[in-house]
Amino acid sequence: MFPPVPNPTTQATPPKFGEQDLMRRSASTVTPPAKRQTGVAKLIDVSKCIGCKACQVACLEWNDLREEVGVNVGVYENPHDLTPNTWTLMRYTEYDNPESGNLEWLIRKDGCMHCEDPGCLKACPAPGAIVQYSNGIVDFVKANCIGCGYCVKGCPFNIPRISKVDQKAYKCTLCSDRVAVGQGPACQKACPTQAIVFGTKDDMKKWADKRVADLKSRGYKNAGLYDPPGVGGTHVMYVLQHADKPQLYAGLANNPTISPIVELWKGLTKYAGLAAIGAFAAFGLLHHIVSGPNRVSDEDERSAKRLAQGQSQ
Amino acid sequence: MKRSEVAPGDSVHPGDPVIVDRYTTAARINHWITATSLVLLALSGLALFHPSLFFLTGLFGGGSTTRMIHPWIGVVLFFGFLGLFLRFWKLNLWERTDNVWLGRLRDVLTGHDENLPEVGKYNAGQKLVFWSMSLLIIVMITSGVVIWEQYFSEYFTIEQKRIAILIHAISAIVAICVWIVHVYAAIWVRGTISAMTRGRVTGGWAWRHHRRWLKELVTGRP
Ligand code: HEM
Ligand code: SF4
Ligand code: SF4
Repeated sequence: MFPPVPNPTTQATPPKFGEQDLMRRSASTVTPPAKRQTGVAKLIDVSKCIGCKACQVACLEWNDLREEVGVNVGVYENPHDLTPNTWTLMRYTEYDNPESGNLEWLIRKDGCMHCEDPGCLKACPAPGAIVQYSNGIVDFVKANCIGCGYCVKGCPFNIPRISKVDQKAYKCTLCSDRVAVGQGPACQKACPTQAIVFGTKDDMKKWADKRVADLKSRGYKNAGLYDPPGVGGTHVMYVLQHADKPQLYAGLANNPTISPIVELWKGLTKYAGLAAIGAFAAFGLLHHIVSGPNRVSDEDERSAKRLAQGQSQ
Repeated sequence: MKRSEVAPGDSVHPGDPVIVDRYTTAARINHWITATSLVLLALSGLALFHPSLFFLTGLFGGGSTTRMIHPWIGVVLFFGFLGLFLRFWKLNLWERTDNVWLGRLRDVLTGHDENLPEVGKYNAGQKLVFWSMSLLIIVMITSGVVIWEQYFSEYFTIEQKRIAILIHAISAIVAICVWIVHVYAAIWVRGTISAMTRGRVTGGWAWRHHRRWLKELVTGRP
């Protein structure tokens, strides 16, 4: 068993991280703090998940969210997708394993991966609407969000959702408020099988190694850790029975990276665009200085007059 | 048969100087609605385009209202430009002399109008501005709807939205550059701005820059 995060004291505790620990801030330049916090991570062991959705409930509960009563279309997913209120969602896949002949029920807890290289943050145009703390947590700051939906385009995991009520972006916060006072995320706390564990990223990787070894000993030869390098690694990781085929798990990206289109839009286009506008304006200014205004001469006026009179006579 | 270069409302008034009516009141109102919305769109768009310009959201009452209002101004621009398009498209059709004019761009830029072919109501430069704006506005409204999160987010995939916003940003930049050319030309060629403010120009201006148009107005023959 993984040692659970101890219960909190009843004393007020000052937050362990805050503004001074920002690694990145959307549409702003920040100097990263000299001293980094220890990286944290949530490890989701798909092989241990029983699909009870306690984590989903805990998330609603802790974050004071209410989901609309939906419609049953005969699947386990409820609601049918992540929403501005559902920041984590259990996704169920029935996998007919051709090698073993077993029917496997793969249940993945979907939600923000807290990327080390967050596409949402890089796409966001509003200063400070998305921040990344030095412990790896990527958080949305509602007060600064303008509801443009750029984060939706930036995210390689299809996570952020824009509320139709207040036009703000929402996603998992990794319970930054709980982590700040030494607690684990609410979902982790609620999980009855320890399929979700929380700690430093290093510890989580070590724990994952044990879990992977265990799975391999039970015949899952491709078991492994999902910590995709394309986004610099993530602060929410999965232990997968079939780490060679992440796609099996309700379409988990095989090798997620920030889309090249987003990189182009947020990279070259910005510099080339501003340069082009500047160049056109500068050309106009220079041209005017060099060649002076194009004035109508008295001769032009006289010619027009001759033309007009010649005709009216 | 040569085509007529005269639009409804164009007329010439002999005098000193000769006065030529170039745009009707309706055309001018139409133009200024379009122009205002284009400037507001460029400002509100650029505010989201680059962090160093985010302060421009202050002109529109903050980030959220900028985000909210920009596409609506786009709708105004679209219909405004549609009006201009319907008014002006015919006289902006390309002619063979336009190639000659463009080929002598050096004379254009140095103000040697005497070396240029006689021009009708619009010269090749004006026509290029007209057609590129027409195209760009179609591209911008189309891509703009795809990225209009508030009302249209459900109808497009994320990949489509990524492509659309890239296209939107690039076409907006090109449109702003075309706009700079348009405004600069109006300032550089003195006597032009009154065409859109009071609707008329002097005969000398028309003689110098749009002689074929002036001649047709005077003689009544294309
Ligand atoms: C014609 C109709 C148009 C529509 C429907 C439209 C819509 C949009 C939308 C929905 C956005 C995303 C931000 C937001 O939600 O407000 C946007 C961004 C933008 N728009 Fe437009 N727009 C239009 C025309 C224009 C024009 C004419 C310009 C410039 C001359 C322009 C320049 C921009 C720029 C620079 C951005 C920011 C792109 C970025 O962040 O990279 N738009 N537009
Ligand atoms: S919706 Fe909010 S968080 Fe997302 S990119 Fe826009 S301003 Fe940033
Ligand atoms: S998963 Fe998406 S929303 Fe979460 S940090 Fe990564 S890019 Fe941002």
